[in-house]
Parts: sequence; structure tokens; C-alpha cells
Amino acid sequence: MIRVVLPYHLRTLAKIDGEVQLEVAAPVTQCAVLDALEARFPMLKGTIRDHGSKTRRPMIRFYACEEDLSNESPDTPLPEEVISEKEAYMVIGAIAGG
Amino acid sequence: MSGVRVLVGTKKGAFILTSDGKREKWQVSGPHFGGWEIYHFKGSPVDSNRLYVSQTSGWFGQIIQRSDDGGKTWTIPGGESMPGPAGPPPDGASNKFVYEGEVGKHLWYDGTQHPWEFKRVWHVEPSLTDPDTVYAGVEDAALFKTTDGGKTWKELSGLRKAKAHLWQPGAGGMGLHTIVLDPTNPQRMFIAISAAGAFRTDDGGETWKPINKGLKSPYVLPDPDAEVGHCVHRIAMHPARPGVLFMQKHWDVLRSDNAGDLWNDVGGNLPTDFGFPIDVHAHDPETIYVVPIKSDSEHYPPEGKLRVYRSKSGGNEWEPLTKGLPQENCYVNILRDAMSVDTLDDCGIYFGTTGGQVYGSPDGGNNWNAIVRDLPAVLSVEVQTLR
Repeated sequence: MIRVVLPYHLRTLAKIDGEVQLEVAAPVTQCAVLDALEARFPMLKGTIRDHGSKTRRPMIRFYACEEDLSNESPDTPLPEEVISEKEAYMVIGAIAGG
Repeated sequence: MSGVRVLVGTKKGAFILTSDGKREKWQVSGPHFGGWEIYHFKGSPVDSNRLYVSQTSGWFGQIIQRSDDGGKTWTIPGGESMPGPAGPPPDGASNKFVYEGEVGKHLWYDGTQHPWEFKRVWHVEPSLTDPDTVYAGVEDAALFKTTDGGKTWKELSGLRKAKAHLWQPGAGGMGLHTIVLDPTNPQRMFIAISAAGAFRTDDGGETWKPINKGLKSPYVLPDPDAEVGHCVHRIAMHPARPGVLFMQKHWDVLRSDNAGDLWNDVGGNLPTDFGFPIDVHAHDPETIYVVPIKSDSEHYPPEGKLRVYRSKSGGNEWEPLTKGLPQENCYVNILRDAMSVDTLDDCGIYFGTTGGQVYGSPDGGNNWNAIVRDLPAVLSVEVQTLR
């Protein structure tokens, strides 16, 4: 299972508390995790990635293992610590503009 | 027992203010969708329990919310989480606004051409006949329609064939902010865009024509006969007289007696004819309301006095309405979608300010009271009359 942490507003939209746990088939990439997240929570479509292009929304950032993965290719496999559930994949609203 | 429900969109959530027909004591519910910008919040005229909300954020984009019980509970249409009921998985497309066909470009601030980019829904306008049908005005300006209660949206792309390459954004973005439906003719609609102007369809949205003749924008448009490019702030219409329209423009208050084919200035004795909202008395089609602000550079009331102006002659002759409104040190603004009227016998008028107040008058503007004072900046006000 992949652990995913969502920002407050997206947790509210999805009506969840705490982390999300997703089953994601290998290869576990950012794209695969986000696909699984949106399949499980369709109301999140368009809030993290653009509906059509699947491009990350400009004010959204992706982190794992204290590294910013936002500009990595979405098809690059996530770190082993995320795949082994030791670390969570984090979706964060950029801290900008109040 | 009659009552009113005031639907308030603010910069940090939606609020619902309810009262009985006396409109003296109010219950306040909210914030719903706390922390989000609620650009618009409106109810279906067919089913008063059916409400639609444009919920938006610079971080997370656009959400459409729907209530089927008057605002007690909310759902994102078609956005149920899995596992759900048997059947195809939810689309999650209620916030998917895709421009149709060749997307094209519009004018940009520097005079170059710029591609269309969806940013948010500015205005939702429920159908007059079907609670599942809603029109949405969006930024970058375009018109969308849903017929399934908000689950999916399709662009009425004929609008952008009306010289859209010449449309340009105003300072607040290029938003389609006003949608007016003709209750006597389901094929006719009016819309307005900042800063492209006003448009009309007579075939249900298939084709559109600019209706800006008579508008003057000397410092914006070098061509005095330009068909598009005017910064129309708001259009209002009385349902009993759909051929008569009133307009608040970026400077000038105007009137058309032929469904927008020609406009005439009716600013008359207003202290300033700059402002955003304009509305019509529910029972008197010749009584109209504006809230003048000092200038395009100073978006606050002249002399620090918050005054609604009323004309009972359809324009030109205006009187200030001040009783119960602050007459000193008041520097708020009232945005274009933040004024509305109820249809009780003694027509109530309501408006919200960027200072977070919502004022109401139970008697056509003669007397005003603050219903609430400390909301976040108000972006929109709509009123439902409950019978």
C-alpha cells in the first residue's frame, strides 16, 4: 500500500481524516499514485492535476523523503521508502500568496 | 409562511442567511466550504432546495457543489468516492470545463494574441424551467451548460465565434460574469463579459451577436464604433419586460429598450456613474438600483458615504438611499454579483460589501439594516423567496 498525505482542503473535499492508503500496481510512479488517488476519490480530479493534460497544477507540490519531486517526471518510480510504506507521498499546497 | 434565503458567496466560504417574511431576525449558517473563494451561489427558481455553488481556489482550482435540501448538505455532482453504488465509476467531471474545438486565442494586455485558459466559474445561472440545467459563465470568458445537475458541462461554443479574437481581459480577468435568461422566450439569453461587452442569442445559444451599440469607451477603445471590447460590469432585466435592459458599465449607467440593439446613457444626476452592480425592483420594472463608487482608480463610495441610488423612472433621475447605511468613514466596495432582490410584496433589496457586511432593506431601499457585519469580503449575493 502507498501512503498519501493530502492538504487540508483536499481532505475536506474527499471527506477523509488522516492519510490515504492506496493499492498501486508496479511500477509505482507519481502518475500511478495520482491515478489511483483520483480513481478512489473522483472529486479530487482537477484539483491536483489538470483534467485533460494531467499536468500538476502550478500551486501544488509533491514531496517524499524530504525531497521535492514536483519537477520530476511523473513516470519516474517513487523512492523505495514510499513503496515500502516507510514514508508517505505528500501532496502540498504551495506556501504562497496568503 | 413566506421567508427569504440570502445566499452569500465570500472570499472564504459561503453563508446562508434566512428569515421569515418580516425580514427582521436572521439565522446565519456557515461558513460552508470554509477557506475557499465562493465566486457565486444561486438557487434554482424551479426547486428552491436545489442550490449550486462555484467554489474556487488558486491552489486547487474549480469545484462545483450542489445541494438538494436548501443548503443543509452538499455533494460534488458525479464525484462520489469509491467504492460506490453499482454501475460505472463516477466521472469526477463536474469541474471539467473544456473549451470546444479549435480553442483559439484572444487579445492579451500587450496587444498580442493569447490562448484561452480556464481559470474559474464566475457565475452560475440555473434554468428557469429545469433544476438540472444550469449555465456557467467562466474565465477565460466562455459559456457552459449542464443538463445533468452539474455532473458534466459542455461549452456553448457559438459565443466565442462572436469576434472572440478581439476580446480582452479587464484588470480582474476576462470573465463571463452575467447571464440573463428571458422568461418569455427560452431561445433568448443575454450575457456580459469584462472586457468584451454584452451579447445576445436568439437561438438558444447556437449563435450570438454583440449588443454594444451606443456604448462609449473612449479611453479603452480607439474605434468609437467597435462592436466588442467594452467593459460591461453588469446587466439587469425585469422578467415582466425582457426587452428592456439596464447596464452598469466601466463608467456609465445605460438602458436599452430594444433588447440591447441600442443603449442610451441614463446616468443623469448620479454623483459618479462608476460602479459594479445594478438591479431592478421585483414589482416595478422602472425602479432600478446602483451603488456608485468614486472612480475606476478609487473603488469606494464618494466622500466615505455608502449610498445606494434608486431611480423610479428607469434612469436619469436618481435619489440617494442612506437610512441605516454608514455615512462616514466607509470605504467598502460592492462587487457586480453582490446585489439582489426578493419578490415579497414589499420588495427586499440586499447587497454585500468587500468589508464583509450584508445589508438588507425590507422596503425597497427606504430603510436598511446590516444583517451580518463581519463576514469575509463578499463576492456575491442572491436571494430566494420561499413561499
